[in-house]
Amino acid sequence: MSGRVLVGVKRVIDYAVKIRVKPDNTGVVTDGVKHSMNPFCEIAVEEAVKLKEKKLIKEVVAVSCGPQQSQETIRTALAMGADRGIHVDVSGKDYENLGPLQVSKILAALAKQEDAQLILLGKQAIDDDCNQTGQMTAALLDWPQGTFASEVSLEGDKINLVREIDGGLEHIKINTPAVITADLRLNTPRYATLPNIMKAKKKKIVTVKPADLGVDVTSRLEVLKVEEPPQRQAGRV
Amino acid sequence: MHTDIFYIQVLRAGVRCGIRLQSSSTATASATASSSSPAPPLGFSFELTDQQKEFQQLARRFAREEIIPVAPAYDKSGEYPFPIIKKAWELGLVNGHIPQEYGVLKLDTLNTAFENLICSSLFSGGMGLSSFDSCLITEELAYGCTGMQTAMEANSLGQMPVIIAGSDAQKKKYLGRLTEEPLMCAYCVTEPGAGSDVAGIKTRAVKMGDEYVVNGQKMWITNGGKANWYFLLARTNSDPKCSASKAFTGFIVDADTPGIQIGRKEMNMGQRCSDTRGITFEDVRIPKENVLIGEGSGFKIAMGAFDMTRPPVAAGATGLAQRALDEATSYALERKTFGKVIAEHQAVSFLLAEMAMKVELARMAYQRAAWEVDQGRRNTYYASIAKAFAGDIANQVASDAVQIFGGNGFNSEYPVEKLMRDAKIYQIYEGTAQIQRLIIAREHLGRAKK
Repeated sequence: MSGRVLVGVKRVIDYAVKIRVKPDNTGVVTDGVKHSMNPFCEIAVEEAVKLKEKKLIKEVVAVSCGPQQSQETIRTALAMGADRGIHVDVSGKDYENLGPLQVSKILAALAKQEDAQLILLGKQAIDDDCNQTGQMTAALLDWPQGTFASEVSLEGDKINLVREIDGGLEHIKINTPAVITADLRLNTPRYATLPNIMKAKKKKIVTVKPADLGVDVTSRLEVLKVEEPPQRQAGRV
Repeated sequence: MHTDIFYIQVLRAGVRCGIRLQSSSTATASATASSSSPAPPLGFSFELTDQQKEFQQLARRFAREEIIPVAPAYDKSGEYPFPIIKKAWELGLVNGHIPQEYGVLKLDTLNTAFENLICSSLFSGGMGLSSFDSCLITEELAYGCTGMQTAMEANSLGQMPVIIAGSDAQKKKYLGRLTEEPLMCAYCVTEPGAGSDVAGIKTRAVKMGDEYVVNGQKMWITNGGKANWYFLLARTNSDPKCSASKAFTGFIVDADTPGIQIGRKEMNMGQRCSDTRGITFEDVRIPKENVLIGEGSGFKIAMGAFDMTRPPVAAGATGLAQRALDEATSYALERKTFGKVIAEHQAVSFLLAEMAMKVELARMAYQRAAWEVDQGRRNTYYASIAKAFAGDIANQVASDAVQIFGGNGFNSEYPVEKLMRDAKIYQIYEGTAQIQRLIIAREHLGRAKK
């Protein structure tokens, strides 16, 4: 067992920003808008770093798919305690059309390449709310999956997981290697300390292209229109 | 899990080299080192490096999530915000000026190789941050609460004489202490009878054998009741004709030295959670090892510290002003009068415009002052301009914010009255507004006469 964990981190529009639809209705305005790490990805990074601190795993590798700016998101993960980063360079039209299917193919390829024991992801991204990448990645690798995890504990080569589901809490035990997706109550992400931010500069980020991993990022989906929800009308008493 | 205290010279040397690239940089030099901003062709640049942006983000998040929720309660009770200071210390947001050689890294280690360090280290080593980086952090923390930020900043003021004038042994002992635990220190110069007129202080230090015996009274000492040690300025030459530059000596005094009486916590108009006290020295014995540089060098050291600490004070005032502007702006976009949001009334929008002008200019002023000292130049002129301007506009902007809130602004349920009370001290401490003008005039005319 390599003791290596792959953590996927996505660069999304910051949760506090007021989203605006572009005038041509093809998407939302992203230029000049504040971006940060998807909150569920932060929780995933925190869980990975915690496992490393408990000495249950040996190395945390942060992965992000996107343009040059995705490296900032990886840096944040490094400042929180990840050991190194992999930036999968996807930009322009490919990036606009990047969705869970392509990302899960990329993650599956990386998991094999890096001999990962565990893949930790956020349960969903706050920009597209797809909630698919974790599940698809597990399926592509034929690995067990523990989604919506609110508690994770490693027991030998198995994982005990508590999942938050509609009916309540589900306790499962899965084999490793596995894919886990983090839900809100899994942990509270730490602040990166100032010294860790400085140390993070020394950690390596390697850039690869999807083609290097043998992944085709063309999308099978086409966005027809993006529009705002109807304005809320005043109520009547 | 036990903690190993692990001295990592290699790490420190490595990080120090990395930091020196950043710290002595203007945004221009470091822009080439950063990954996403291109090197500016004009030389002058307002761009922050990626690392500076990350520091700023950390401090901003800390202020909004940790400081702002609890600040009103601390203001009401006046209780010292030690839990917040401790958290800030753990994140490395305090004691940024301590050079890296004088810190100790406490780590949970798997084995002794650096590569296996687990990152939940309670890092407390000195970070040797540049003045600019420290000011960025200070502004963000002050945005949350200037009372808490002053308590943290008083540490910088107390340390500065040791950083600029301490011997290696003194630095290791007294600065090292601050990096091992969240301890505070204080700058003990002002007296009931002498504030601006530092040369008029009367606290006497008489040499007796290998010790100095100190008698006197200090007043308005920030962190007075919480400090582990003080920087003390006392008169060692009793000849009234002796010039100020030779008559005073700087000492490091442990707070538990017998004879030190700590006065009651003073109830102030603003920054109420900060601990301000009078301190009485009665036959306090200080070993001669604790003299900074030598007898008679105190005045220069005490004044030299200000060039480093005035930019952060200006940054604090700017943070307060920014907070006042933000609060007033969001209120103005919500409150409706005469059929529209008040921001659409020109009287209010003009107020907001002038507040914005002042905040932006104060920011540029402190950044210039900090940048100058990081370039290795004497920054007295810029530091005084920044402090004077930022202190004045903080008061104006906070008062205007209360005005925009109207009746609500006067009330303690809304955040702006606290800002107005907190702002006043920025025109008083670290050199009053009037003293700053004296300094600026002297510097300005000095240049004109050349």
